[in-house]
Amino acid sequence: MSTKPRVRVPSTAKVGEVIEIKTLISHVMETGQRKDQAGNTIPRNIINTFTATFNGKEVFKVDLQPGISANPYIAFYMRVPGPGELELTWLDDSGNKVTEKVPINVS
Amino acid sequence: MAVRKEREMKERFFSEAISRREALAGIVAVGTATALMLSHQPALAATDNGWQEALKKIVGDQTPVESGLTLQLPEIAENGNTVPFSISVDSPMTEDDYVKAVHVLSTGNPQPYIATFHFTPDSGKAAVSSRMRLAATQDVVSVAELSNGKFLIARKEVKVTIGGCGG
Repeated sequence: MSTKPRVRVPSTAKVGEVIEIKTLISHVMETGQRKDQAGNTIPRNIINTFTATFNGKEVFKVDLQPGISANPYIAFYMRVPGPGELELTWLDDSGNKVTEKVPINVS
Repeated sequence: MAVRKEREMKERFFSEAISRREALAGIVAVGTATALMLSHQPALAATDNGWQEALKKIVGDQTPVESGLTLQLPEIAENGNTVPFSISVDSPMTEDDYVKAVHVLSTGNPQPYIATFHFTPDSGKAAVSSRMRLAATQDVVSVAELSNGKFLIARKEVKVTIGGCGG
């Protein structure tokens, strides 16, 4: 989970406007159901939590399960209360954490 | 290495082509013999991955309402590894009336849980899009948990050509 996630937000937004945030991150999302060639179960390693906070306040959160595809794509919405910073965090089973900070510009 | 891969792909292509032809022949047979069609139905519903217990854990003793929740999925998914889906709930998303969470369950995967999306009034809109894995043709169930303690439910069948979930 070393690659930089891709995040897309509108270049500017109005106060009170509901904007869409699109995110994509590279991850195998190993289900824990698969076996390797020797017949050993490949241990589960998925991104289990995705959190979005705006100026420190939680806006949206996802509990992901093995039923989510590899390289998880998540698109969600947020009402813009004013200018600020959107902080997105992905956490996987092995404890790896990726954080991406995106400024939200208000026109 | 590359040559081997190409050969494998070719073999796979041909074996698939045959299976498709067989499948087509099968459809014709089913069309003429309704008995076959009936015997095919229970096979789809037979898999029990515990999704009903999972649903019960979410809703408790409440009966979810079948309205206000839209679950968008393709009717036919060619690749079960990445099936795009969108969910939206009719809600004003205010402090007094908003969608707390949306749960997505699979009725035919090895594990019933796909994901739980948690919303807040700051979400502005209770809608989300992502991609799921589907092991085989099945129904996908979505349950919305509202701030007033009520539940909404929607389900949709997806026909899967090539199953996901590895193996």
